[in-house]
Amino acid sequence: MNIIWDPSALLAALTGGVLIGLAAAWMALGLGRIAGISGLLGGLVDGAPDRAVRAAFVGGLLLAPALYLLLRGELPAVKMMVDTPQLLLAGLLVGIGTRFASGCTSGHGVCGLSRLSPRSLVATLSFMGAGFAAVYLLRHLLA
Amino acid sequence: MKHHAQAGQAFAIGLLFGVGLLLSGMSNPQKVIGFLDLAGAWDPSLALVMGGAIAVGLPLFRIAESRSQRQLPSWSGAPIHLPGKSGITPRLVLGSVLFGIGWGIAGICPGPGLVLVGSLQWPGLVFVLAMVAGMLLFRPLDKVLSR
Repeated sequence: MNIIWDPSALLAALTGGVLIGLAAAWMALGLGRIAGISGLLGGLVDGAPDRAVRAAFVGGLLLAPALYLLLRGELPAVKMMVDTPQLLLAGLLVGIGTRFASGCTSGHGVCGLSRLSPRSLVATLSFMGAGFAAVYLLRHLLA
Repeated sequence: MKHHAQAGQAFAIGLLFGVGLLLSGMSNPQKVIGFLDLAGAWDPSLALVMGGAIAVGLPLFRIAESRSQRQLPSWSGAPIHLPGKSGITPRLVLGSVLFGIGWGIAGICPGPGLVLVGSLQWPGLVFVLAMVAGMLLFRPLDKVLSR
């Protein structure tokens, strides 16, 4: 293993994580619900009754880059790693998988682990493990 | 009126969440795959995203849990509804594994997908449309599987 050690990236990750944690806790204390992105979006897709709150949260996520741009002058660099067919496959798997598991990185990973939920721990270990395995397979064994 | 106030809060929470995702590096697929690539040039920084979020979340979710147990409302007046903690089921594991494979393929999970759309990154839109299609496919698929 060859570890990349970048102090500024570590600080940015930690600060970003703190903001995410604050947002998730605000959702619980302020609105009484879990800030699970797949769940909130999934409910919107399914036509759940509390559409306004869900749509407003998703709208906030969509407009976050505009706010970030306003605050910091430029957006962080983005590099896509796969082509369109692979993006389509990945999106399908993420859509189906997160609905089956009732949560994703935010709902299980952030909120669930913060609540010390054994169910979310199992979910998080499962998707992290599968993520590590998929990258190993695609980027080392098949590459 | 109450619903408007709730939607206003939800919008602000989405903004904060999204800025956190952008700042942390979670919305850059290259970084995510760098984190998931243990056998390559491993970038451990993203571990601190979850670490930072949980460090803040632990005490604050304890307060939310305690208020929920005492049946006290949230700030908006809506009841605090936190899902039950039990229920480790095959579908939880299977679903998480499918999600993890998709996450590993593209380096994008649901929140960053939406943030990429907002960043006018069109491959992000391709991902999100496929994700929404997957969410729509879930119901009929679930019906067939649970027969």
